[in-house]
Amino acid sequence: MLLSNLEIVPGRQIKTHLGLVQGSSVRTKHIGRDFMAGLKNIFGGELKGYTELLRESRDEALERMQAQAESVGANAVINIRFSTSSIAQGAAELFAYGTAVVLE
Amino acid sequence: MAFDLIVFVVLLACGFAFGRYAENRHYRSIIQREEELRGIPAIAIRFPPIMTPRPETALVSGSVVIAEDYFKRFLFGLRSLVGGRVRSYETLVDRGRREAIIRMKQQTVDLGGSMVFNIKLETAAIASGRKGRIGAIEIHAYGTAIIPTDRAHL
Repeated sequence: MLLSNLEIVPGRQIKTHLGLVQGSSVRTKHIGRDFMAGLKNIFGGELKGYTELLRESRDEALERMQAQAESVGANAVINIRFSTSSIAQGAAELFAYGTAVVLE
Repeated sequence: MAFDLIVFVVLLACGFAFGRYAENRHYRSIIQREEELRGIPAIAIRFPPIMTPRPETALVSGSVVIAEDYFKRFLFGLRSLVGGRVRSYETLVDRGRREAIIRMKQQTVDLGGSMVFNIKLETAAIASGRKGRIGAIEIHAYGTAIIPTDRAHL
């Protein structure tokens, strides 16, 4: 499946629009990571554990979006957007959405 | 009371020393990697130019979670009394953004891409820096990489 955040696919024609598809994932960190992050908060720097965690959940949101696109018979998702919101203290929702299309 | 003060001063000194060291090191590494990836333009144009032969495209992204240090938070606390620019946080966001773009470009290179179009940057405060909480921001950069199918034509 072709994924893109452009509104067109270079050199390919869009045959059918199948509408919006979306995927989301809500995750929280575990206490060990939180403890290390607490230490890091004194010294500053990158929180690698969090970077990893958010990447995993973003990938999961993308996968869910892809699964939805496959179920409606699309072969590409274009104009993909991501959004992140922290819905509770220590939990974040990663959301991905885009337009499912059939390419020629 | 005296103990509290000692803890505060020690934390402040740690934050200042380690935070500054980490920031300088990070900036050096950012500047070096930006130089290495200069050949990969990343632009916020929605429509790529028409290219022949037709290139492949791929979604690429880079993200980083970066934490404030104790000293930066202290400076922010002082600054919020009088208002104005918070330089200590500006460099934090700047580092995160540049790091995220570097990671996105690195992924583009790994996929054999030559440029990135329609880049979007997104900033999220994943935790607030209130007392006893973790203050960190996540920066996510994403875009569509153009992967030339025949390098001789580009």
